[in-house]
Amino acid sequence: MDFGLSEEQQQLKDSARALLTHECPTTEVRKVMASDGYPRALYEQVAKLGWNGLIVPEQFGGAGLGMLEMAMLLEEGGYAAMPGPFLFSSAIATGALKLVRSSEPTGKWLKAIAEGKAIGTVAINDRTGSIDPRDLTTIATKNGEALRINGVKSNVPYAEIADFIVVVARDLSSPELWLGVVEKNAPGVTIKPRKNLDLTRRIASVELEGASAVRLPGEGLYAKLVDIGALAIAADSLGGMERALEMAVEYSKVREQFGKPIGSFQALKHAAAEIVSELEPARSLLWYAAYAFDAGLPDASRYIAMAKARLCDIYARGSDRAVLMHGGIGFTWEHDMHIWFKRARFNESYFGSPAFHRERVAALGGY
Amino acid sequence: MDLNFTSEEEAFRQKVRAFLEENVPRSGLSDTREGREDKEWLGRAKAWQRKLNEAGYVALAWPKEYGGQAMDPVRQSIVNDEMVRARAPYLIGGSGLGMLGPTLISWGTEEQKKRYLPKILTAEEIWCQGYSEPGSGSDLASLKTRAEIVGDEFIVNGQKVWTSGAQHADMMFCLVRTDPEAPKHRGISYILIAMHTPGITVRPLVQMTGDRGFNEVFFDNVHVPRKNLVAKLNEGWIVANATLFHERNMLGSASGSEQRFHRLLALAKTIERGGQPLTKDPVFRQRLVELEIKVQAMRLHALRQLTDQIRGKHPGIESMVNKLVGTELNHDLATAAMEAMGDDSMLAREDEKALDRGYWPYEWMFSLGLVIGGGTSHIQKNIIAERGLKMPKSR
Ligand SMILES: Cc1cc2nc3c(=O)[nH]c(=O)nc-3n(C[C@H](O)[C@H](O)[C@H](O)COP(=O)(O)OP(=O)(O)OC[C@H]3O[C@@H](n4cnc5c(N)ncnc54)[C@H](O)[C@@H]3O)c2cc1C
Repeated sequence: MDFGLSEEQQQLKDSARALLTHECPTTEVRKVMASDGYPRALYEQVAKLGWNGLIVPEQFGGAGLGMLEMAMLLEEGGYAAMPGPFLFSSAIATGALKLVRSSEPTGKWLKAIAEGKAIGTVAINDRTGSIDPRDLTTIATKNGEALRINGVKSNVPYAEIADFIVVVARDLSSPELWLGVVEKNAPGVTIKPRKNLDLTRRIASVELEGASAVRLPGEGLYAKLVDIGALAIAADSLGGMERALEMAVEYSKVREQFGKPIGSFQALKHAAAEIVSELEPARSLLWYAAYAFDAGLPDASRYIAMAKARLCDIYARGSDRAVLMHGGIGFTWEHDMHIWFKRARFNESYFGSPAFHRERVAALGGY
Repeated sequence: MDLNFTSEEEAFRQKVRAFLEENVPRSGLSDTREGREDKEWLGRAKAWQRKLNEAGYVALAWPKEYGGQAMDPVRQSIVNDEMVRARAPYLIGGSGLGMLGPTLISWGTEEQKKRYLPKILTAEEIWCQGYSEPGSGSDLASLKTRAEIVGDEFIVNGQKVWTSGAQHADMMFCLVRTDPEAPKHRGISYILIAMHTPGITVRPLVQMTGDRGFNEVFFDNVHVPRKNLVAKLNEGWIVANATLFHERNMLGSASGSEQRFHRLLALAKTIERGGQPLTKDPVFRQRLVELEIKVQAMRLHALRQLTDQIRGKHPGIESMVNKLVGTELNHDLATAAMEAMGDDSMLAREDEKALDRGYWPYEWMFSLGLVIGGGTSHIQKNIIAERGLKMPKSR
């Protein structure tokens, strides 16, 4: 029985913290927010460290590690509010490709990701803004080995800069949802950037008009994709909440009112204590969810749903309280607090709301 | 990370399980934490702990020279889990096992350890905690019970209150003021008092549950040998906090919460609302999941801390949250069960129509007592903020 990080995992996390503290301070984050949301220089650095291919199997040039290791990087990315497609490409899209056992048709993409030469993303939501299978309407028709996809995907992260998009679509003849890989430059694919709230991430609509796609072979892939996405977002939320809390606590030690530091007021102490009391047990939950996923345990999906629901709830509410703890300065554009406040909102809604995941927990638990 | 137990540990678990199946008393002692405690009940409760101790399942991690088995904490956690699973009655010697014992192991003299620890294991000596006073609860360090040194004795005068189990305790670990001139934290000593000493009066108080759970304890010129001092004179505050650390981990323990959640879920499945089980009600269903997620998070959180303990890592903020989260969660579980029962929650435990053998009304009240005892939730938040997050003190 050993339920803690290994030395290597801790080192990976520590080195990510050190790198991002140095290379991705909020001054950099803000520059990226004001441009296209993609810090190329930073990405060249992390590519050299092997982050891109962290979970790519060794045969395709990756490090062959699991989601627990990836969670370490994502947590640190969340802590730093690291902008760009890393989470969507190297965790979620890569995780989706890895669901296929054979190297066809995914090997070339996995290789390109590991080499830092390609970026992938996933397109799930149709117009309803829900990932519930019953709400997904994009249609796929079989065309020999390939699929032809018709539909409009909304809120697809980094579709503009992605090289390929994993699209969720259904065949009217069966309830099964398929995953198809669409090359971004293929005919019938139109990308329309949206104006989004969280400027550390970019989203776009993807219109598919008879776009051709390669179907990922296998059953039940959509449910597994939901696991991967939910786990990735939960890890980012853990780190983000840690940072927002740290900022609020540090500010409370220096800002004075009534002749004392505001951190001496119980209203602030209790707010901070409540957040950390929720966050630390939730960290344990996330570790187990990632461990269970990597080990292929039967309860993995259930624990991932728990971690996603819990951490996104904590992050959304906790970052909200962290703004309050700053007073007026926390409400300004100039102060950094809103960066995490908005990322928390993105995380809460992306890859299924807390209520959606709680329903999964209930259903999988036979309530 | 590897959550599998070794085959020896699994074999050990099976042994414990088989022992408990065979030996857990099925009547006369309840798995609810009730305190209707007469002499006969007390005898049965002590016999149960003795039996468990003889089988080698009490305080397994204690050093061998004091009656323990120097086993690793994993075995202790296996026993704890199995006890909950078997719905075994709680141990009458809990305060000695969970609070004083670990404190003495770190702070006691060799003589004190030899004298007291073995009798804690065998339930020959039951301990109570003499901390709170009428004027000193949250502000424990303001306590006034006075101990003056005369020759090789302390002469104790004053009063303790809310003393759980004092009505049947043999011994008390007690905080007394030994230097009234010193700043409040520096004039306190930690002493061990035999409850049968002349001058001690125990007056039971009835709790909201209707039971006699805690007491007032009066000291009128009570003579206590000086060798009953733990650590140095006037340095009792540190020892007091060591005990509180153990107490808070005990009160916030996750091992009962999972069992309680399953009991709540089973209850909700049997209750019909609008022609379907309550578990299908969309609102209550979400609420149940919220509770289960918190329960599972705390279960895993305990495993993480167990691993830290094995690795020899010093406990940090992650263990400061146990008492706050664990006791509030247990109370939330019981509150949800009360709401689930609808107007049947009006029925007291004693009523024959009370659902689930009347478990919940009692648990609902008892669990609130633990949100208060051992330092209230407010005080826990102060501690987490000040000691854990290093926010400035209020004073
Ligand atoms: C079931 C039960 C069993 C107990 N068993 C024992 C026992 O065996 N031995 C023993 O010594 N004691 C025992 N206690 C006593 C327990 O430790 C105290 O009740 C507790 O510490 C609170 O002290 P108090 O009752 O004086 O309340 P007070 O300290 O008067 O608190 C009243 C309210 O004020 C709040 N408050 C006080 N100070 C602050 C502050 N600084 N910041 C924020 N809020 C504050 C409290 O949180 C609470 O809400 C037991 C209590 C209960 C309920």
